Amino acid sequence: MRLKIDKLGVVIAALLAYGAFLAPFAQFRANRIVPGEARSILEALPAGLGAALLAFVMISIILIVLKTPTIVRLVLGLVALLVLAVLIGLSAGHLTPPENTYARVSPASGFWLLSFAFALVTADALARLKLSPFARVALLAAVAGAIAALLMSGAWDGLSILKEYGSRAETFWLEASRHVVLALGSLAAATLVGLPLGILCHRVEALRAGVLNVLNIIQTIPSIALFGLLIAPLGWIALHVPGAQAHGIRGIGAAPAFVALFLYSLLPVVANTVVGLAGVPRDANDAARGIGMTDRQRLFGVELPLAFPVILTGIRIVLVQNIGLATIAALIGGGGFGVFVFQGIGQTAMDLVLLGAVPTVALAFAAAIVLDAATELSSNKPGRAA
Amino acid sequence: MIEIDSITKRYGDTTVVDNVSMTIAPRTITVIVGTSGSGKTTLMRMINRLVEPTSGKILIDGEPNSAIPGYELRRRIGYAIQGHGLFPHRTVGENIATVPTLLGWEKSRIDAKVKELLTLFQLDPAAFGPRYPHELSGGQQQRVGVARALAAEPNILLMDEPFGALDPVIRAKAQEDLLAIQKHFGTTIVLVTHDMEEAFHLADKIAVMDKGRIVQYAAPEEMLVNPATDFVETLIGAGERPFRLLSIGSVGEATEAGEAEGEAIAAATSQRDALSALLWAGRDALPVVGADGTRLGRVTLAGLARRAARPQ
Amino acid sequence: MKRYLPNLLRLAALIILIAFLVQPMLFEPLLKPLVQANAPAVYNQGSLLSLTLSHLATVFTATLAATIVAVGLAILVTRPIGAEFLPLSRSLVNIGQTFPPVAVLALAVPAVGFGEKPTLIALFLYGLLPIFENAMTGLSTLPPAIVEAARGTGMTAWQRLTKVEIPLALPVILAGIRLSVTISLATATIGSTVAAKTLGEVIIAGLQSNNLAFVLQGGVVVAVLAVLIYDAFSAVERVLSRRAGRV
Repeated sequence: MRLKIDKLGVVIAALLAYGAFLAPFAQFRANRIVPGEARSILEALPAGLGAALLAFVMISIILIVLKTPTIVRLVLGLVALLVLAVLIGLSAGHLTPPENTYARVSPASGFWLLSFAFALVTADALARLKLSPFARVALLAAVAGAIAALLMSGAWDGLSILKEYGSRAETFWLEASRHVVLALGSLAAATLVGLPLGILCHRVEALRAGVLNVLNIIQTIPSIALFGLLIAPLGWIALHVPGAQAHGIRGIGAAPAFVALFLYSLLPVVANTVVGLAGVPRDANDAARGIGMTDRQRLFGVELPLAFPVILTGIRIVLVQNIGLATIAALIGGGGFGVFVFQGIGQTAMDLVLLGAVPTVALAFAAAIVLDAATELSSNKPGRAA
Repeated sequence: MIEIDSITKRYGDTTVVDNVSMTIAPRTITVIVGTSGSGKTTLMRMINRLVEPTSGKILIDGEPNSAIPGYELRRRIGYAIQGHGLFPHRTVGENIATVPTLLGWEKSRIDAKVKELLTLFQLDPAAFGPRYPHELSGGQQQRVGVARALAAEPNILLMDEPFGALDPVIRAKAQEDLLAIQKHFGTTIVLVTHDMEEAFHLADKIAVMDKGRIVQYAAPEEMLVNPATDFVETLIGAGERPFRLLSIGSVGEATEAGEAEGEAIAAATSQRDALSALLWAGRDALPVVGADGTRLGRVTLAGLARRAARPQ
Repeated sequence: MKRYLPNLLRLAALIILIAFLVQPMLFEPLLKPLVQANAPAVYNQGSLLSLTLSHLATVFTATLAATIVAVGLAILVTRPIGAEFLPLSRSLVNIGQTFPPVAVLALAVPAVGFGEKPTLIALFLYGLLPIFENAMTGLSTLPPAIVEAARGTGMTAWQRLTKVEIPLALPVILAGIRLSVTISLATATIGSTVAAKTLGEVIIAGLQSNNLAFVLQGGVVVAVLAVLIYDAFSAVERVLSRRAGRV
């Protein structure tokens, strides 16, 4: 059999080689804010393990450069990511002097490069395999499960980001729930308002351009400004509308953040509803009218089901966008993962920044995969053209 | 002259063109017909090397077409396709000037050529030259597509279903234009179509392709009289044979001496159309006139019937 | 009259914007009601004009770099030689867009420290995605008849790319750049939390001193810039696509 070279593999192999042999694997700091010192793979891991990891990377390079079957590449990528995840935890234990609670060990560029390269291998294999939506969600659940198991087992406890977590575990979960409530709550509100508004815009042409223009302009206002601008009106409402304060409406805090996220969410929901309804085939509408459906029956029986995948795409955009934007809420006291990001930036404590940023990215990523799968399922229902 | 010598094209395990050899005479129209998937388009695209053959060779005027880079070869061979493929971001004039510009002609020569071709295709250069393709009708776009293919004065013109997207009325006109253009420039034309009517109307020689092979390569009359296989016979359509035979010849060839009453028929009309006219007029004979209007004689039902019968 | 109205409004917005940036004190009476008696109503910790210019410069630099890299990569993956990279590129774009801009910014800080650099990197990385996605779509969905005709007329691969494919894909590529610029204009304000010189400074100063006028002027200047730039791009795209017959 003639061996063929995989072009993408060559690029990934270069990343792997650089990450393994030239870049530092882990970073050691005497305390949480001093600059770190770099540690290579051989220095960062107990004697035999470092050499084993280098050997593993070299074998992987050979497998990746050659045109190996896609399923082999997928397994290789996943196994390698797991190996890296376990080893970085071990390196923390190895590098931290005994009884020292100030020292911090964090992953360095070599670790990130190796992880990125193997993630590329995995992503490429997944893209080529064209997995079904269910398989993708199952894989996501498996990865989430593996991460949860690593966290529970204490394998990562020596890493700096988890030391940051350890000292504020309670706040972490509080902020996490605030973050999710902000992102999901504003999405729910936007869907409740945006869907009828979108249907209205579809039916009443005179309204369409105006509504969409206003929503478009709202999107261009930078998030921190919109959050800030809502402080005043909400503060006024809190003072002057009886009962408002009892419902948690205040000038600063979660209320303006919620309203701002709601406003940002309206455009994708309304626009996709309009586009989805406009895309309903004329034939389907004519047929529905022809067999004597009322406007209402036509809307719920024909138009909305056919427009559903497009509307769902809008909801995906909103959810991913909201999970990201909810970070900004911390600037006006709205809570969420942004609290750690901005505290971390303020204290130049990068591990704290990561404690806020990593869960945000993970959440957005998971939301995108789940909703993409849902969109694909809803547009692939039997009896409907793709 | 195009000499195709045992050419084969395989994609993986599928053989699309299977060991085809044929010689195309200069200054003729050769039509390749076949069902879709028969390999007719692939065969034609190997002439200008849009597709590289797996094996075999093609000689153009004695030179192998692989002697020069593909793009240089294609600049020497005109190419017109279904749906015209005009560049939407360039004006009609710029579209026609494409190949001359690639060849580095002088601007004045290019301008003159564009003007000449537009005039030849009955499009006013001043009005149509600066327009964009989407501002033209389907028939006009198709004419510009052919004009672009002819701009560098190629000896050979390859056409892939060039009239496929046109409605019947415009298509008939485009076919007449093509015949006139071919006479004017003496171009060797290779045209691919699945429309037998079109093939019999235009072709000097027809090549029928089936499953990658040429099952018959012959003049239209020959093919009507002696179809090589059942497939060719089906393709021609047994019920259509006498009419196809008549559609090949012109009234001029069928004119007899004598007088007749009724509306005169032009000598250039096909015998098939003349038969139609006779039947519709309910007459046994009609007068025939030349292009200048002079009476040449008459055409009769009996005369046409003799011509429509299987030649002995 | 109705046809000119949007353009008149845009012109008015531009004039008011420039007037505000050059002579902000003229607008003090308008902003005064938003602040407490003795607080300043117009940003006084630096020049609004220079902050706006440096905001624009940051966005421009990042977008220019993103455009060059993204279009270059899109050209590469749509050639036969780069075809192996296409499936991965598509999924990377999808994954990349789930990264919140704030997170990209926050993650850039550990790598390069505070100041303009993390902002530039975040805007560059985040700006790559829409441009790359659109360029890839534009270059891979050209009408087959036109690509075929370009080959048939004897254009070389380079001539096809520069004379046919890029001109035809240009409106779609521009739409990507427009998206990228609009996102970057807003995201750049967050850059001020890591000490970049952008209009975010004005907004953050307002948030910190509870000065609504500051928040408003910072936000509105960015929004007006974004709307004007968005409209300008849209207008260019319309002209180009009308010419390309892709109406």
